[in-house]
Amino acid sequence: MHSFDVLVIGGGHAGAEAACGAARMGARTGLVSFDLGAIGAMSCNPAIGGLGKGHLVREVDALDGVIGRAADAGAIHYRMLNRSKGSAVWGPRVQADRVLFKAEVQRIVKAQANLTLIAGEAAALRLEGGRVVGLELADGTALDAPRVVLCTGTFLGGTLFRGEECFTGGRIGENSAQRLAEQLRGADLPMARLKTGTPPRIDGRTIDWAALPEQASDDESWTMSALTEKRANPQVFCAITRTTEAAHDAIRANLHRSPLFSGAIDAAGPRYCPSIEDKIHRFGDRDGHQVFLEPEGLNTHLVYPNGISTSLPVDVQHDMVRAMAGLSQAEIVEPGYAVEYDHIDPRALTPDLQLRAIPGLYCAGQINGTTGYEEAAAQGLIAGLNAAAAETDREAPVLDRANSYIAVMVDDLTLQGVSEPYRMLTSRAEYRLRLRANNASTRLTKLGIEAGCVADERAQWFEHREAMRAVLGPLFAQKLHSKELADSSLPVRRDGGEKPISEWLRHDGVEFADLMTWVDAELVEALCANTDLADEMAEDAAYEPYLARQDAELRDLRASENLALAGDFPFAEVPGLSSEMIERLTSASPPTLAAAGRVPGVTPAALSALLVYARRWQTAA
Amino acid sequence: MSDTIFAISSGAPPAAIGVIRISGPEAGSALRKLAGRDFTPRRASLATLRDADGGPLDQALVLWFPGPATATGEDLAELHCHGGRAVLVAVSGALEAIPGLRAAEAGEFTRRAFANGRIDLAEAEGLGELLSAETELQRAAAIQMAGGAFSAQVEEWRTSVLRLSAQLEAALDFSDEDDVSEMPPQFAEDIGALSQELDGWVSRPRAEKLGEGYRVVLAGPPNSGKSTLFNALIESEAAITSDIAGTTRDVIERNVAIASVPFSFVDTAGLRDESDDAIERIGIDRAREQLGRADTILWLGPEGEGPDGAWEVAAMSDADDYQAKPSANYVLSATTGAGVDALKQGLVAAARAALPKPGEAALNARQHSVLSDAAQALRGAIGQRDPLLCAEELRQARGAFDRLIGRTTTEDMLDTLFGRFCIGK
Ligand SMILES: Cc1cc2nc3c(=O)[nH]c(=O)nc-3n(C[C@H](O)[C@H](O)[C@H](O)COP(=O)(O)OP(=O)(O)OC[C@H]3O[C@@H](n4cnc5c(N)ncnc54)[C@H](O)[C@@H]3O)c2cc1C
Ligand SMILES: Nc1nc2c(ncn2[C@@H]2O[C@H](COP(=O)(O)OP(=O)(O)O)[C@@H](O)[C@H]2O)c(=O)[nH]1
Ligand SMILES: [Mg+2]
Repeated sequence: MHSFDVLVIGGGHAGAEAACGAARMGARTGLVSFDLGAIGAMSCNPAIGGLGKGHLVREVDALDGVIGRAADAGAIHYRMLNRSKGSAVWGPRVQADRVLFKAEVQRIVKAQANLTLIAGEAAALRLEGGRVVGLELADGTALDAPRVVLCTGTFLGGTLFRGEECFTGGRIGENSAQRLAEQLRGADLPMARLKTGTPPRIDGRTIDWAALPEQASDDESWTMSALTEKRANPQVFCAITRTTEAAHDAIRANLHRSPLFSGAIDAAGPRYCPSIEDKIHRFGDRDGHQVFLEPEGLNTHLVYPNGISTSLPVDVQHDMVRAMAGLSQAEIVEPGYAVEYDHIDPRALTPDLQLRAIPGLYCAGQINGTTGYEEAAAQGLIAGLNAAAAETDREAPVLDRANSYIAVMVDDLTLQGVSEPYRMLTSRAEYRLRLRANNASTRLTKLGIEAGCVADERAQWFEHREAMRAVLGPLFAQKLHSKELADSSLPVRRDGGEKPISEWLRHDGVEFADLMTWVDAELVEALCANTDLADEMAEDAAYEPYLARQDAELRDLRASENLALAGDFPFAEVPGLSSEMIERLTSASPPTLAAAGRVPGVTPAALSALLVYARRWQTAA
Repeated sequence: MSDTIFAISSGAPPAAIGVIRISGPEAGSALRKLAGRDFTPRRASLATLRDADGGPLDQALVLWFPGPATATGEDLAELHCHGGRAVLVAVSGALEAIPGLRAAEAGEFTRRAFANGRIDLAEAEGLGELLSAETELQRAAAIQMAGGAFSAQVEEWRTSVLRLSAQLEAALDFSDEDDVSEMPPQFAEDIGALSQELDGWVSRPRAEKLGEGYRVVLAGPPNSGKSTLFNALIESEAAITSDIAGTTRDVIERNVAIASVPFSFVDTAGLRDESDDAIERIGIDRAREQLGRADTILWLGPEGEGPDGAWEVAAMSDADDYQAKPSANYVLSATTGAGVDALKQGLVAAARAALPKPGEAALNARQHSVLSDAAQALRGAIGQRDPLLCAEELRQARGAFDRLIGRTTTEDMLDTLFGRFCIGK
């Protein structure tokens, strides 16, 4: 009861994935959290997915994680962002009822074999010879585990700001967690401070919905998880309003009262989702900013005004909100605020998210300087799988920048560090064309099955899907003559010759549906029963020339990924490296030559010096 | 830390002086061991070099450059010795005997300069070409590379593409937040302009052309005077001339510079279809192949019967049986020399127009192929309606720019590059 392979601290999005992931790998796992009833709580906007983030959800799901299924269970509004652009940047996003979401996370966590839930507060790590050997709870209980995963969110030095007000932490038991914080600070880990914020919540009954344009949930049938058969809940709509000149005036007149501008907060916030006062300050010329009014659930009147995160004083928030269309009578239920918190510089972590300075201790989630549920979940999964793999003699799935956004994020974090809260974006992924949200299963589920982190239900689903892929293959290979297409008034040249369907799909104005008249009825039936898969295969065909062009690049990448600079690589001994390069490389400790190339500020010259030396070092070793 | 390396950096001995370069952390102490004292940085001073036993080796001019602001980025010394073979062998031997010093491998000095960030890849390539430059034009083009002018140009393109990428990525990642609008028309215009500029560069004359020379092929039936004119053009007796048809059985090629423009003149067997001689027939086949590779063909046969675009040359103007060609571009006699200079001037003018301009960077084969990739990617970006694919094309272009100046390196490329250098560079 007191002895585990892996202990996870914190039941947020990172913690839930870490614990379930480790347990799925067969590790005896314990999840310690303050309040078991708060496991899976969404601290802020109850929306899951979005651009880049939707990819992360699908990838975590492909490795049999929790977040995708929970998102579907809670979803009350589905929307595919970026629908008008290429499919590789489509961002599946749902708004979830936070009660339903949390309930599903808790159901999954409780049903998970090998997983014990422990209500309590982690007070201190137990260390022996610099290594983790377990945990001490605030009530004095000692737990044994050679691997501990820290998923404690913003518990390190968190401070809340709202206008001139300022509260420290404020969480239950903050004082005893102080010892854990002291231990981390004592380990001489590089730390930095970031801030993030949240908008005021509005009582939906005081909004004049009729005055505002609606945005309905899209009427397609896609879901966040591959295992969800159909959308479960009634779908609600959002409304769109805008900030106005009057709202901007209210903000401008009070900028000095915002802790962001008064100097109280000097930590960096996310450039990508700035507070409304930031937006007004930086884009002063714009006459308005879009605000989505998103219902927080089916059984609550709370509405989340997406786009006006703020730490202005309550009276200013009130004036600003009321200056917007449809909100002239709106009541704020809970004012917005900003949080400033410490995080660990993720460059102190190895690619399995283990702290170099404290072997056995892993960190995942907001504690690593990221923002967002999806980013937290994905890191939790990686830390959980790797911690478990180390104790169960298995291999965690091998992820790299060419097969997953998850690896892009982990690689960015551990090599580049963060200067603002890290949020996933599709432009971070150089092999974006092959990393689509809708092919995550194809990319990752097989790796997950091999690693042993995918349960039977998904494994069977995947097997079936691959069988269907084989069935549909001939459809794409079937040849059609341009004359036939032109005769059916498709926009192709009559003299284009004979081409397989896979190639015709690359033509502008030729869609799948247009070609079905020529396809064998049985195949059409198979196709209709597997539209997701067929779409994925069609997209593969469309992107094929581009993917082929990336192949040489990928060969180079993988060759230099194979050139290991692991562990004790003597950067200081590489001929011709300046002391600045040695310092940068030593502190980032890139595990491979390819990774060294991604360490900021490392020059091409330094890289080639490394390349030459690493080759010799590898053969000598 | 690295070994300290040394090598003879001037040409093969014997010569008036022989320069030995030493680079690396031990360069200073090696110098002290050899010359018995310290030297003022960047100042030429005379010193007697001695071996370990104190025996004098040579009186040399010594230059001492403490790193990192040196050609290699390391401590660097130059010994300007007397250029006799024995002297250089003896000094090299004394250096070899110092622990931590070893003879440099081919290209190692340049490689270190590259590794220490003193030069980038295009500059290193330019340096390679500079060292093998034989004509003034080659030197002028190589110095553009080695001096970083081309690298600066690539950097400029790279920045432009990066800016375009950023614009597009913002639309891809933030369009739903309505703070970013669709791509402005200026975006497509900028890509178009950049693409045109690159296309211009790709179609520019290439650096190899400077090494290979402007190719002039002499063609015509046997005994039309090709070989004699060939000799007159290259001013030597490279090709055998005779009045027995078919003397020139193979292709003869000579490189010469006329008015410091590099030429490659090619003499061919006459184009007779009915030859019985197997070897001569091979020669005729080769001649045909040569015609395809020519920059200019001089046609010495009957008017209008030569390959398309050939210059009509009325040869043997002094001979009794001279066959006039009414619309000949040139009338000449290779025997008397009449009209030959006019032909040379014509060739020089044509070559100047076709070769890299003096002072313009010229691309080598690798650079040309990588820049073509970038140009192709940009062309692909122009018509691209899917912003995602447009972004991918821009990324490909950026990758090509990185490869051009060595921002991404692969070992093969480095090895081929540095393998080309002679030892002491
Ligand atoms: C004000 C604010 C607004 C935000 N807005 C958004 C948003 O709009 N959209 C978005 O995607 N993300 C938002 N985020 C970020 C998002 O909430 C986090 O990135 C994400 O929840 C991090 O997940 P996590 O698992 O790392 O931490 P958390 O979800 O914070 O979970 C940490 C868990 O650890 C427990 N814990 C901490 N210390 C101990 C201890 N010593 N012992 C036992 N248990 C412990 C806590 O009780 C908690 O359950 C916001 C964050 C904040 C603070
Ligand atoms: N008088 C005169 N004789 C020439 C001239 N050029 C070539 N000949 C002679 O013509 C013959 C054939 O010349 P050659 O150069 O071998 O012809 P090829 O077979 O075309 O290469 C030789 O005997 C030459 O000496 C010229 O300009 N004037
Ligand atoms: Mg001849």
